[in-house]
Amino acid sequence: MKDKNEPNISAQIGEADTWLDKGKTLIRQNKLAALSALIILLIILAAVFAPVVAPYDHLQQSLTDRLKDPSAAHLLGTDELGRDVLSRIIFGARISLTIGLVPTLISMAIGTILGLFAGFYGGKTDFAIMRLADVMLAFPSLLLAMVVMYTMGGGLINIFIALSLVNWASTARIVRAQTLSLKEKEFVEAAKSVGVKKHVIMFRHILPNCLPSLIVLFTLNIPSAILSEASLSFLGIGAQPPSASWGLMAVRGKKYLFSEPWLSIAPSVAIMIVVLAFNFLGDGLRDVLDPYLKEQ
Amino acid sequence: MFSKVLKRIAISIPVLIGVVLAIFIMLRIVPGDPATTMMGEHVNPAVIEKISREMGLDQPMYVQFFKYVANALKGDFGTSYRLNRNVTQIILDSFPHTVKLSLLAALVAWIIGLSAGIIAAIRQNGLLDRLFMGCALMGVSMPVFMTALILQYVFAFKLKWFPVSGFDSFRAMILPAIVLGWNSAGSIARMTRSNLVEVMQNDFIRTARAKGLRENGVIVGHALKNAMLPVLTMMALQISSMLSGAVLTESVFGVPGIGRLAVNAIETRDMPLLQGTVIFTTILIILGNLIADLLYNVLDPRIREGI
Repeated sequence: MKDKNEPNISAQIGEADTWLDKGKTLIRQNKLAALSALIILLIILAAVFAPVVAPYDHLQQSLTDRLKDPSAAHLLGTDELGRDVLSRIIFGARISLTIGLVPTLISMAIGTILGLFAGFYGGKTDFAIMRLADVMLAFPSLLLAMVVMYTMGGGLINIFIALSLVNWASTARIVRAQTLSLKEKEFVEAAKSVGVKKHVIMFRHILPNCLPSLIVLFTLNIPSAILSEASLSFLGIGAQPPSASWGLMAVRGKKYLFSEPWLSIAPSVAIMIVVLAFNFLGDGLRDVLDPYLKEQ
Repeated sequence: MFSKVLKRIAISIPVLIGVVLAIFIMLRIVPGDPATTMMGEHVNPAVIEKISREMGLDQPMYVQFFKYVANALKGDFGTSYRLNRNVTQIILDSFPHTVKLSLLAALVAWIIGLSAGIIAAIRQNGLLDRLFMGCALMGVSMPVFMTALILQYVFAFKLKWFPVSGFDSFRAMILPAIVLGWNSAGSIARMTRSNLVEVMQNDFIRTARAKGLRENGVIVGHALKNAMLPVLTMMALQISSMLSGAVLTESVFGVPGIGRLAVNAIETRDMPLLQGTVIFTTILIILGNLIADLLYNVLDPRIREGI
């Protein structure tokens, strides 16, 4: 049996914290980030179990219940087609979360691979990839997404593609910078000297060390993807009716802003809550995981 | 110094070419023939062919590209499909509105952002600090159209202080400027605070305090000057990001600016107009970043001497 008085060896030799330890530190140090994580979890659960959680079907129209004020039957009122706004917001969480997670994951995967190659191989590979990244970063991302939407037409699938293509460059820059410094470290030297293959060094030795930064970056990229989708849909070049996209709901409710303000404000507040939660969590994670990013 | 400026300008040229090329290609992989899109489906194929030839659409893409760039350098961005006018002219008509909006918004962002950031840094970890930084994060997290809708509802509809939309009087410009500036104010406040807090830990601040300077004097005379450099660059960068951020604000308030032009171009599938507005805006942003970069070099003697 372990003696309670026995000194903690791992602490003495300065062993790195495990992921669990870091999670505990996060909850202890940053209550706001922990609360945000909880909120995100709840929203994810609500989105997954939307048919159970939502009081009504989000597409069911009812001409007798049009533009009803918020009441006990319809907590956030009904829209111009008599659809329950709360139910639509709950179903809309599915769209926003998927848009936040999937295209961000794809674009960051592209950025990570390109950044690894650029940093590891240097020379012409580096030059070509980073000049391409420069061009991508020169575009304002909303305009670039608008151009892609013009080419491919509206709709959620096309937003997926647009956002996946647009946002890889900043990830590539950060991963490249980390790869540049990591590849000079002794453990990479050691791996090279025993003849480990290049791609194994990149993906098994360097990539795991970029992971903390990537997790932080991922958390902070999610809200910007959600905002991009909402903006595109608000401009009418994103999700198309009868989709329950929050941005689309906001723009459709805009017509009734002065008589039924909740129609456009409620979905906007939903966007804000999700975006804030991810931003708080991202800030908290950065403090715990990644002092390097904080310095930048 | 001079050679560094030249070098920095030289770096932007390939980026400029890349941007134009990227837009050019992206807009031309659209399914369907542009002449058909322009004339509608039920037009005599012979007519469409004639129009294609007139617009040079039958030539290989690289020929089209070089022609486009050559014309663009002369200030000619082609002719709009829908409005049948020169794209450059259309852009120049709406551009002043966007510039006015962006400059006013920048002013809003600087005033709010700087003062909130400075106060937060002075009262570090105090109530005001938390309040301002909370607001700043809200500012960054709120969708632009939400700020717009709320301000429209409260100040234009309920209080009737400002017109709901339009952009023809100074009064009408105030709400859009606040909306567009609000987001940037958040980031400027956050950056000002973190820089100021960092600078305040330096030895020269302790020296200034030790020689009996009052706290306000320390901040204004010593800390602020050193903390402002990165913030200044960011403020310059914000103006260019506003040019593109204006898209949403313009569409909510009905400002006839360049962002609205881009959205209209997408809705009416007007390729030359969209191409012109996006290329024009992006070039402005690249130039804005270039100027911000050079400004930083000029202002920071450490960098200047390190050349």
